[in-house]
Amino acid sequence: MKLIPLPDLGPRPRSEFDYGGELRRPPMGADTALWAAYVFNRQGAPGLLREWWYHRPTGAWYLFERDTLADRFIRHIPVQDIQYELPSADPAV
Amino acid sequence: MSCRLPIQPFEWLDRHQRVRFTLEGRGFEGYPGDCVSSALWASGQRLLGRSFKYHRPRGLLSLANHDINALYENADDTHIRGDVTPISAGLQLSATNTPGGLWHDRMRWLGRLSPMLRVGFYYKAFHSPRRLFPFWEGVIRRAAGLGKVNTAWRRQVTPKWYTHCEVLVIGAGPAGMQAALHAAEGGARVILVDENPHIGGSLDYAWVHDSEAASIRVQLKQAIKAHPGIQVMTGTVAGGWYADQWIPLCTPDGIAKTRAGTMIVASGLLEQPAVFHNNDLPGVMLASGAQRLVARYAVQPCRRALLLVANDEGYRAALDMVAAGVELVAVADLGDPDARSALADELRSEGVPVFARHMIHEAEGSDGVTGAVIAPRIADGQLDLSASRRFACDGILMSVGWAPAAHLLYQAGGKLGYDERIGQIVPRELPDGVYAAGRVNGVFALADQLQDARRAAADALAVLAGHTPKGDPLRWRSRDCHSADWPIAEHPKGKNFVDMDEDLQLRDLLDAAAEGFDNIELIKRFSTVGMGPSQGKHANMNAIRVLARTLGQTIDQTGSTTARPFYHPQRLDHLAGRRFRVHQRSALHEQHVAAGAMFMEAGHWQRPDYYGSPAEREDQIRAEVRAVRNGLGIIDVSTLGKIEVLGPDAARLLDAVYTMRMTNVKQGMTRYALSVDETGVIVDDGIVGRLGADRFYVTTTTSHAAASYRQLGRYTAEWGLNVRILNRTGQLAAMNLAGPHSRRLLATLTDLDLSEDAFPYLGIREAEVAGIPARLMRVGFVGELGYEIHVPYTCAAELWQRLMADGDDYGIRPFGVEAQRRLRLEKGHIIVGQDSDGLTTPYEAGMPWSVHLKKPFFVGRQTLEVLQPRTARQLVGFALPTNYTGPELCECLLVIADGNIRGRVTSVSYSPTLGHLIGLAMIDKPLAGIDQPLPIRTTDGRIVEARQVATPFYDPEGLRQRADLQLAEAV
Repeated sequence: MKLIPLPDLGPRPRSEFDYGGELRRPPMGADTALWAAYVFNRQGAPGLLREWWYHRPTGAWYLFERDTLADRFIRHIPVQDIQYELPSADPAV
Repeated sequence: MSCRLPIQPFEWLDRHQRVRFTLEGRGFEGYPGDCVSSALWASGQRLLGRSFKYHRPRGLLSLANHDINALYENADDTHIRGDVTPISAGLQLSATNTPGGLWHDRMRWLGRLSPMLRVGFYYKAFHSPRRLFPFWEGVIRRAAGLGKVNTAWRRQVTPKWYTHCEVLVIGAGPAGMQAALHAAEGGARVILVDENPHIGGSLDYAWVHDSEAASIRVQLKQAIKAHPGIQVMTGTVAGGWYADQWIPLCTPDGIAKTRAGTMIVASGLLEQPAVFHNNDLPGVMLASGAQRLVARYAVQPCRRALLLVANDEGYRAALDMVAAGVELVAVADLGDPDARSALADELRSEGVPVFARHMIHEAEGSDGVTGAVIAPRIADGQLDLSASRRFACDGILMSVGWAPAAHLLYQAGGKLGYDERIGQIVPRELPDGVYAAGRVNGVFALADQLQDARRAAADALAVLAGHTPKGDPLRWRSRDCHSADWPIAEHPKGKNFVDMDEDLQLRDLLDAAAEGFDNIELIKRFSTVGMGPSQGKHANMNAIRVLARTLGQTIDQTGSTTARPFYHPQRLDHLAGRRFRVHQRSALHEQHVAAGAMFMEAGHWQRPDYYGSPAEREDQIRAEVRAVRNGLGIIDVSTLGKIEVLGPDAARLLDAVYTMRMTNVKQGMTRYALSVDETGVIVDDGIVGRLGADRFYVTTTTSHAAASYRQLGRYTAEWGLNVRILNRTGQLAAMNLAGPHSRRLLATLTDLDLSEDAFPYLGIREAEVAGIPARLMRVGFVGELGYEIHVPYTCAAELWQRLMADGDDYGIRPFGVEAQRRLRLEKGHIIVGQDSDGLTTPYEAGMPWSVHLKKPFFVGRQTLEVLQPRTARQLVGFALPTNYTGPELCECLLVIADGNIRGRVTSVSYSPTLGHLIGLAMIDKPLAGIDQPLPIRTTDGRIVEARQVATPFYDPEGLRQRADLQLAEAV
């Protein structure tokens, strides 16, 4: 079973995780074709992928860069590096 | 005719006892420690089994768990391998796949048909006419297969357990033992596994009379026994390699899932047979098989043997046979005996004739070897039959080459390639932390194997210490050839088997190559080479050689196959997992039990389906519904997801996650919370309640509680929001007090002002109820005045008991999940996942009011904007007449119009309030319309015409949820 290297807790078995899929950023305001491509298409080619992994026992999300060809976790990505601003919502009432 | 030898130095037998067993009614005898095959062979029994396809007689081959033609069954097992299964008293065996028995197999004549049954025969012969295939299928199925499954099997539960080590060494031969010892002496925790019942490996069967080996053997075995850092696991197969050195160690008692820091594969080699006419007759065996027979079981392989050799190992085996009293009639060397070590000379000095550059043309005999014909090899692998010689013998031993037992190296992602010099596939590049040592790494000399093992162990220790390994895996590799490149002879009569599992002859592979299959992986699938029970352990290497030569390719171009786990077949009861389903119980579970609840599974929860006896199920459910509508009911809703969302950005988060606007929910109020995914499909619903400017309390469906919490956390991280999320699902209990009397009962237990103005519908309050701190929400799921009361887990039972006791005056009655489903159906409320599926949008579900497209963003907004005008399905309500007596209607029945599927029923049940069947169906939009017919096909094929009606079915104005009605009633 694959071990996933958590930055604070060390390696933990894959069975403790939910896979959260590839890190993707919605193309806000894109036309329908581009939006549909974002929603429905995935790049399946093996290679370096940034992925979300949810660690169930601690309820925490992690982002890793993984070589999906060699199935090797390359590095942990701090979530600050990928954050993006929501389109401005109404001011809180 | 006993073939038992005097006591051998390292034999596995306990000579103090005898063990009797039977094979198809005939009695046999052996010693404890014998395997089935060795005991039979010792008794002079040469016919051990029959081949899979042609039912040819077969004997011993390897004695290494690859002799798949000596396969037996008894009452419990279908695949008893004679070459490794120990005999036990009273064992009753019969040979597998032998109609009429081992000695009188009725299918023996099939071999004569072999010229017709060419490779690909089945694919081509039964292809047309198509209508005959079921007939042929029956014929083939009856003829094929190995063993009959006992369908009255006993359930066997075998536990799995977990273990770990820093260095896992696979194979306890000289290299494995040395590697384990060196690693342990370096401070590592080591597990040393070997599939045999004793450690020692080839030291104890191939180096028995070697003086150098003697001291090595004693030293290694004693040191391993004494070292506390080495755990020895014999009888254990390292079944496969999984990510990050996760290895199932298959012991006789079950599987130990093992996490190894590093792995040293010292699994050695699999000896490969030569291919010549009749190379499968009983009496033809691998030289290493003969050595195992002598050394482990003290059984003489034959009286008079002819040896075919292509390496030093063959000459060493020859000398072992001489020591075992076997008369060697000749040695045929595929190459040049003068190029071998002194062993060839030693053999000549014993007076054994040695023929250089000779190959066996054919073996003679019908049920066993009676002779062998050898001939000089001339160019291109052809034999000069004019110079052939015949020898009478009852055994032919082959030592012509090897294939690596490299299965785990392949599985670990290792790259292997063919080394022309030693004639063997060897590791070229191995992943970090994986090492090969000894013969699997192409190291043959005993002293070199030990050096190579130390090298591998040192590298493993370096990696464990965080250093870069510096060892050179090529340093000790042999420089001599140990495998003939063409141990194969064509023969006009064929029966020169490449694969004895599947009875594939040389010609079959040549035909397959001629058909255009140019890679071993392709030829494997077409010809089935390597697909039998031994998985090509004795076939693949020769198949690769045949294909490479036929196509003029190199071995590397031809490729090698990656054998999947498991290395040896494992028992299903060892592989099977146990059903292990954990139920979560609500804080009120004991209350439900006391009230006579019948439980059902709801996700991982156990929830009351209804209260009362199964015989009265329907009556009880209807009574529960009536109690809620007319009096007072209470249901445990602790299973709902309960999430606290706190912080300055809490409103922004919820606004972006749910389809309705959440930023403008007023303090003290709740709002319906529907979430969709990026494809616009409904994933969950619940309630968002606002307790303060930046304090929200969110409920979710039972099944989506964990996922909702997970998703909220993900978005918080992704959007960099200042929010804290607490999952209180298991920490809080909740109950819904519902019915016209709910306010009156609640008023006696709390100081909270329950008047409609002070605590309106959809309000949320924090107050004490019966002295217990609680959150109360006015909800409308079941469509009556009702309060959802959330309290700490530990207080829930107390509050429930109090409500039940004080509610007695109002006829309070607990109701279960089924009553709740009917109550909500009467109100036309959907259940996510039942009335919606993996494609349902809020527009299809008839909830356009729940989608605020004007918001700048929420998950799925842009998709819903596109989908809204294209909505093609609609969830509609339907009803049947009060006097309906037709076939039973149930969920998932299809809606059929004009012979086409136009939708399906998502919910249907009897409405106790309305007195007839009601339901919801997701149908194509053109069919939808109030009072339109809804043709439903029942399970018996009849069409029932329901009528579409408006929803909610009950109290469409929602008056029942309002207080004034209740006040009026009270007056």
